[in-house]
Amino acid sequence: MNNLVSTRRGFLTGATASLALIAGLPHAAFAFSSAQAETLITKTVSDINSIINSGKSESAMYRDFEKVLVTYADMPNIARSVLGPIARSTSAAQLNAFTSAFQGYISRKYGSRFREFIGGRIEVKKTQKINSIYDVSCTAILRGEAPFAISFIVADKTGKFIDLNIEGISLLKSERAEIGALLDKAGGNVDTLTAGLK
Amino acid sequence: MKHFVLVMSLSCLLAACGTQTPTVGTSDPYETSNRQTHEANLKLDRAVIKPVSTAYGTVVPNPVRIGVSNVSETLGLPSVVINDVLQFQLGDALHNTARFALNATFGIGGLFDPATIFGLEERNTGFADTLHAWGTGEGNYLVLPVYGPSTERDTVGLLVDIALDPIGSVLDPSLEDLPLALKFADIADTRYRYSDLYESVIYDSADSYVQLRLTYLDRRRFELGVKATQDATPDQENQAYSIYEDFYE
Repeated sequence: MNNLVSTRRGFLTGATASLALIAGLPHAAFAFSSAQAETLITKTVSDINSIINSGKSESAMYRDFEKVLVTYADMPNIARSVLGPIARSTSAAQLNAFTSAFQGYISRKYGSRFREFIGGRIEVKKTQKINSIYDVSCTAILRGEAPFAISFIVADKTGKFIDLNIEGISLLKSERAEIGALLDKAGGNVDTLTAGLK
Repeated sequence: MKHFVLVMSLSCLLAACGTQTPTVGTSDPYETSNRQTHEANLKLDRAVIKPVSTAYGTVVPNPVRIGVSNVSETLGLPSVVINDVLQFQLGDALHNTARFALNATFGIGGLFDPATIFGLEERNTGFADTLHAWGTGEGNYLVLPVYGPSTERDTVGLLVDIALDPIGSVLDPSLEDLPLALKFADIADTRYRYSDLYESVIYDSADSYVQLRLTYLDRRRFELGVKATQDATPDQENQAYSIYEDFYE
């Protein structure tokens, strides 16, 4: 409530000044809030819940899942992050190709786990701001399993999620390790790596 | 008494080692030998554990397997209660005592799990967690033969749990091997139920050694962190999040 009041006051007093600022600062920092982070993940989870229980074929579910990732996750930066330091010496075209291949690979890899989620659901619990991110904790309730904790990490800077933790296991870290190993196998060649992910 | 002495001497040994917890990152100086053990474990899984688990899962009906796992868990509860007390988690000690009382009686020797219905869900712990509660760091990463991923601290914890075995000391000698047999059946059931997930990590990843190490350490730290949140300083709590600080360079 306090936040809302101060935001509104700030808005009223600074409304005119803001217009000038927006014109002057096209890349003004993205100001995000816990409430917005939670809304983003509530939408994400609701989309995932409907995919899980849509009764569609697995390949159709993978495509829907990829759409969810592109909409709510910061895929270009996740891809750059899992690629590691080599991303700096990679051309924009190569990075785009890698991002697109990586998205498909992630959708298939984690989408194939959806079978276990059929009939289950994910509930958003609470949101905490920690430094530059929001940790949106959720509970996954699956049939015949004890409920377990998953949490989405939403970046303040872009307002999109950049990681998913399942019982403390970070998929970002896991994919960094996996893509790192695949890159080694590809002899350090990003194009070979990208081709292998398709 | 002899167990108590063993526990104390092992703990002193650990304290003398003075292992520090790398709460972020990985300390794996034994990587070469760990990788060899890991490869041997994968071979064992392919040759024995997977086929046996598949046979157990296919032949024995699900309710029976759940019952067997329940009995195994119930037999482990006295040891869990001792560790709750050692960790000064008295609420959990009461919780697990009540769980044991209910499941051992109304649950017919632990075959069924009525306690969960009454809100007394499974809250597992072991001596490794007790060592953590006493301030012992996780030490270096270790891959144990057959058992798989562990750390120096968790290995000592595991050995103490096996030595402590309060239920084994009250069981009739003819039933001495029962808890171990049930434990194996429980492991086979877990391997069968999560075979897709397990195999995707173990057999479909480019470097299964690294994946398993990462998964084990993160999961353990998360498990222990949940219990320790009330004592953790904000700094400690934030360490797990430090990987996001340089996400946007």
